[in-house]
Amino acid sequence: MELICPAGTPAALRTAVDAGADAVYCGFADATNARNFPGLNFSRRELGEGIAYAHQRGAKVLVAINTFPTAGEQALWHRAVDDAASAGADALIVADVGLIDYAARTHPGQRLHLSVQAAASNPAAIGFYVRQFGVRRVVLPRVLTVSEIAAITGAVDCETEVFVFGGLCVMAEGRCSLSSHVTGQSPNMNGVCSPASHVVYREEGGTLVSRLGDFTINRFAKGEPAAYPTLCKGRFKTSLGSGYLFEDPVSLDAAAILPGLRAAGVTALKIEGRQRSRAYIESVVRGFREQLDALAAGEKPPADRLAALTEGQSSTLGAYRKTWR
Amino acid sequence: MKLTLGPVLFNWEADVWRDFYFRIADEAAVDAVAVGEVVCSKRMPFFDSHFPAVIERLTRAGKQVLVSSLALVTLERERKHTEALAQAGEWLVEANDVSCIAHLVGRPHVVGPFVNVYNEGTAQWFAAQGARRICLPPELPLKSIAAIAAATSQAEIEVFAFGRAPLAISARCYHARLHKLAKDNCRFVCAADPDGLPVDTLDDERFLVVNGVQTLAHACTNLIRDLDDLAQANVASLRLSPQHCDMVAVISTFRDVLDGRKPPEQGFQELSAIYPNAPATNDFLKARPTTARSLHGGPAA
Repeated sequence: MELICPAGTPAALRTAVDAGADAVYCGFADATNARNFPGLNFSRRELGEGIAYAHQRGAKVLVAINTFPTAGEQALWHRAVDDAASAGADALIVADVGLIDYAARTHPGQRLHLSVQAAASNPAAIGFYVRQFGVRRVVLPRVLTVSEIAAITGAVDCETEVFVFGGLCVMAEGRCSLSSHVTGQSPNMNGVCSPASHVVYREEGGTLVSRLGDFTINRFAKGEPAAYPTLCKGRFKTSLGSGYLFEDPVSLDAAAILPGLRAAGVTALKIEGRQRSRAYIESVVRGFREQLDALAAGEKPPADRLAALTEGQSSTLGAYRKTWR
Repeated sequence: MKLTLGPVLFNWEADVWRDFYFRIADEAAVDAVAVGEVVCSKRMPFFDSHFPAVIERLTRAGKQVLVSSLALVTLERERKHTEALAQAGEWLVEANDVSCIAHLVGRPHVVGPFVNVYNEGTAQWFAAQGARRICLPPELPLKSIAAIAAATSQAEIEVFAFGRAPLAISARCYHARLHKLAKDNCRFVCAADPDGLPVDTLDDERFLVVNGVQTLAHACTNLIRDLDDLAQANVASLRLSPQHCDMVAVISTFRDVLDGRKPPEQGFQELSAIYPNAPATNDFLKARPTTARSLHGGPAA
């Protein structure tokens, strides 16, 4: 199985490649990609250099152009597709039907991967993108169990890629406008979720209150570790009690089920986190490289050293285990 | 401008559901009615027996009937149901997932609000495959709506104009989770909340509602004061999404304002009285975040 690693900066790209990534994914520094954070992402020149660095070392570069183009402003997204293709990207990761159509028509030889943001969660949806646009790989949404992933992988005429580590969307990706509702900024339209620009922490008599836009997302007692106020990982109140209604502040760690994912026929494993530091990338990529090498050699996998890197030091197998639902 | 009644998103009792549509057929000045379970496939069996009678009554009353497909399709029975619906050829199908569109390519159909159509390129592509109408996602601002409608002459553009906006869908059922039940053994606890289960912040701000696997805004989208802008943007149809209130009155209020029989402000005040459960909002249309201040009817208690 290929190891697909995040690169928010050129330095992170080199780090990931050196740490054993089979491929890195990255995006341009604008609204065309789903990690449109300040100080992150690549210029055209940096992408060209990154691709050269990766190719010299046998790694691939996948360029994420996976937001949904703004109506009336499609040219920005079309240019991103053109520039990534001419820079020699090994694949484009795309989500929007109109943009995929543009890429397939304009760059017929270009390999296309369907982004998780397209939320193709079953063989009919995936088959549609394969038939209509020649998509070669689908990144599966984080709503499926391992046995469902196996069934899909067996039924479709393209490769499958799944997330194994990092931030965990609780909602079906590409179909969530919670952030948009509260901040006016959304993953689909702006490439951001619960952006830091809309976060406020407030001290109230020993309690730390975290707010997103105009709404309280969490309150932390003195000494309680304060997680970032991602909307779906907040604490809320209902008539049936209060707490982490949608999901605890945990992140995904599927290291324990790599053999199951291999048996399911998955082609590629994806690590989330283009916004993460180089040190984090280095540790996570190296950790998974060791796991995968051991798996390939039929050896006992090394102890999982990644636990310390998960959000709030607590991790979940998420939807991969059926009981999560 | 046409009016479309969207599908009931909440888990209403089957008899209530049937009677709701019978009354719509008999009394509501609505052009099209979307029927079908969009949120949770486990609810489908309850409505199956009433389905033919509801469709027949609506059709006989001269309403265009759209049969809406499930938004999140993962299980085998969900895939089969979606395919059967699309292949039946009996009804005009409103596709809420690309997997449904996959079976409809080349035939007339409607693209529902759960399919991502954010720009003219995507709208034109779907229209070329047979989409006669496209209901845009509720989060789109007026500028995007206008740009899409201007460039998409082959399909009518519909906008989500009344009701709590659906914000997210998940594999996880929040009703079951709150009741400490497994999704597979949920006992259909969502039926206790026919207008959604309120989710407040820890500071008692009204915030969201959950409806099984779906999360919606607490505030009620209400674009009745924006009809001139929508008409200018070439919007062909307005979607009114059923809430637990007198939807016949909601429909007639929209009709009256559209036909010039009532000023928009009067219509707005009437809607606030018909559906007092939630403050009105047009924040998505105006491309701004929802705040306590932006909600009409004052800050939520």
